[in-house]
Amino acid sequence: MYEVRIHSRGGQGGVTAARLLALAAFRDGKYATACPFYGAERRGAPVVSFVRIDDEPIKIYSQIHEPDLVVVLDTSIMDVVDVLQGLKGDGTVLLNSAHTLEGCAATCLHVDLTGIALATDLVIAGSPILNTPVLGALAKMGVVTLPSVQQAIREMFTDERNVRAAGAAYEELKI
Amino acid sequence: MSAIPKEEYLLKCTSACAGCSSSLCLRYVLKAAGPDSVLVVPACCTSVIQGIYPGTAMNVPVYNIAFAAAAACASGMSNAFETLGKETNVIVYAGDGGTVDIGIQALSGALERGTNFLYICYDNEAYGNTGMQRSGSTPLGARTTTTPDGKPTAKKDLDRIVEAHNPPYMATACSAYPLDLYKKVKKALSIPGPKFIHILAPCPPGWRYPTEKTVEIGKLAVRTGTWVLYEREYGKLAISGPSKAAMRRPAPLEDYIGAQGRFKNIKPEVIEEMRQGVEQNLQRFAREEAGVC
Amino acid sequence: MLTIATGNKAVATAVRDAKPGVVAAYPITPQTEIVEQIAEFVTAGDLVSQYIPVESEHSAMTACIGASVAGVRTFTATSSHGLLYMHEMVHWAAGARLPIVMANVNRALGPGWNTWAEHTDAFSQRDTGWLQVFVGTVQEAYDATLMAFKIAEDERVLLPVMVNLDGFSLSHIMQSLETVDPGDFLPEYHLPHAIDTENPCGYGPMTGLNDYFRFRWDIERSTRDSVGVIAEVEREFAERFGRSYGPTEEYRCEDADVIVIAMGTLGKEAEVAIDLLRSEGVKAGSMRLRWFRPFPDLDLAGRDVVVIDRGYSFGFGGVIANSVRAKTGIEPYSVIAGLGGQEVTYNDIADFVRDRRPGEEMWFGVSEDV
Repeated sequence: MYEVRIHSRGGQGGVTAARLLALAAFRDGKYATACPFYGAERRGAPVVSFVRIDDEPIKIYSQIHEPDLVVVLDTSIMDVVDVLQGLKGDGTVLLNSAHTLEGCAATCLHVDLTGIALATDLVIAGSPILNTPVLGALAKMGVVTLPSVQQAIREMFTDERNVRAAGAAYEELKI
Repeated sequence: MSAIPKEEYLLKCTSACAGCSSSLCLRYVLKAAGPDSVLVVPACCTSVIQGIYPGTAMNVPVYNIAFAAAAACASGMSNAFETLGKETNVIVYAGDGGTVDIGIQALSGALERGTNFLYICYDNEAYGNTGMQRSGSTPLGARTTTTPDGKPTAKKDLDRIVEAHNPPYMATACSAYPLDLYKKVKKALSIPGPKFIHILAPCPPGWRYPTEKTVEIGKLAVRTGTWVLYEREYGKLAISGPSKAAMRRPAPLEDYIGAQGRFKNIKPEVIEEMRQGVEQNLQRFAREEAGVC
Repeated sequence: MLTIATGNKAVATAVRDAKPGVVAAYPITPQTEIVEQIAEFVTAGDLVSQYIPVESEHSAMTACIGASVAGVRTFTATSSHGLLYMHEMVHWAAGARLPIVMANVNRALGPGWNTWAEHTDAFSQRDTGWLQVFVGTVQEAYDATLMAFKIAEDERVLLPVMVNLDGFSLSHIMQSLETVDPGDFLPEYHLPHAIDTENPCGYGPMTGLNDYFRFRWDIERSTRDSVGVIAEVEREFAERFGRSYGPTEEYRCEDADVIVIAMGTLGKEAEVAIDLLRSEGVKAGSMRLRWFRPFPDLDLAGRDVVVIDRGYSFGFGGVIANSVRAKTGIEPYSVIAGLGGQEVTYNDIADFVRDRRPGEEMWFGVSEDV
């Protein structure tokens, strides 16, 4: 089983990112579940979403305490939330950032999802859309395949800019 | 603004959205009410805004109560304080859902019994706490998650329903005019019996406009005549300043509608119906002011 | 159609496929997405139905009562305080013998406000005469909602059915979902006592002391008959659509020395605990209880039983634990866990089994010394 924990702020699309990831994994032929955990449901509050991917049916509903992968869509959350808590020894962190994380104990990857969203004009009500580009990054990491990411995005959204942004993140992420 | 006390009763670190009208208003309500006050809060945005156990963002007692029940709870509290000889302000701070829909029975009962309390309804024209579903207070044509095509019926006229109970004081207010609200709360609390203040509370995520435009949207509501600021003391009508100008020459309704995503793609016939509603309402006020009915 | 969906979406999709003529809708966390999704289906024309956005849950159930007796299939959804607010009418719906289907997304009761999973809301409706099923997966949420209409409308039953799903843990989790075309699995709605102006009757008038109790007995008799109807419907569903359900879902029980009984998502996660225990040489099995009303017979003879209750009857004990004791005579190890969304993992469940003390009650996370 592969366990992913996604950290974001309310309104940034972290929950949708989790659902897209589960849908993409599902289209890859895997079993997948995605679930959000809200504190108080409102714009700006820290939100956590959990995604589990496995070749067998998934019967776990509780929170992910030892993720294989932590995704941080808004690095300002790291001032208030210990996003690395429980990360497995050989786990990976994926940050929405143009820079790497100083002194990161785990495998640290970063990609500027915000920059990609702005460059692709993927902005709604003043907020850059991060949940579709991050799927491209996850495909580059091999968590899901790019064709399934594209299919999942098209199932949930009509705007092709989402697919382009995912493709851009796929290209930009350096493993 | 120099008359307004500096003391804060709404502390920092509430859980409100950026640009939240309700929190903006509550700050002035509490300044007007002072520390000898209890807030009665049914299920609404304020239930969340006050924060999570073990903290609270208010520096007055806040009694959370079930959705349908705010006015009934206030009724019991107010009568109890009277028995105890206390003058503590009992103030209901409720959303539109908990007032105009599920809470209307309790409100009507408390008004009819002459309960000594202040009922404040902050109206963001939908069920905000649960993610913006329609309420009876949602205006015609507005898109909500349960009216994806726009609400087919008009906004319930809460003010005239309250007026029919002949309260000693009632008023409307808007988050864009905090001093006006402050004065109305102060006046209300100086009058015994049931008092009612209905605040228009533009809501950035619900009405779909950028968070920094809350005050601008509120002003447009008043300037277009969509929202009329007024008071009734023992039934006698007094239109508030900003609405006097709107009654003479209301700004185009399209200015207000066009600024909000919840009215996107609204049909021209619906806009026309809205305009007629605004005109009829303004005319009704004008006739009353002129002594013609 | 094979896709991935949340529990709430699965319920709404089943409602779309069941084609009710009237849906009464009122929002409450964590059920709201059900009524929102149904609004979208109606707006898009995927479901042709009268969508009534009522002003409270009491009115939601009452509107369903009116619509049901007028002669159409109806549905509503609620949770926690909403369910409690309509309590009077929940009794009424069963007393009126109306085959209403309601989804209840289990949520804890305030004060303090808590929107996470707990079964006390459903337990509080225990004696209303409603049939109650608790689902554990997104697929089951869809399947059980479809079957609920058929069970409710069966003339041997004619009682409303509540489909329970855990708040957030199931309502908001995405899992795979295969939808079906029910075809004639769900026949056209027919209510024998529907309003008929050609054969006018009075409904629910003053009923005296020599007559009232007979109507209550009628409900009990139909509830007993519902056991057979439920089995028939579940069998037909399995034949037509390939998925089997029963009063319980058993996992590795055949040679088990100890059985874990739970409802909802805890009942599914218990299976992971079972695998863990089995790898340690403990012969454990799990029995996820699906039907709460009517409460099934359970075959537990000769085994230790650990019951996890996600709700409680103050001063009396765990509701399921006491039901198991009453039905089987076995003294379970009664664990009270998961209240208000308290996290209970498969590791915790395995610990409950390892630490079991038959006949005792344990409140997870609480020390008696506190």
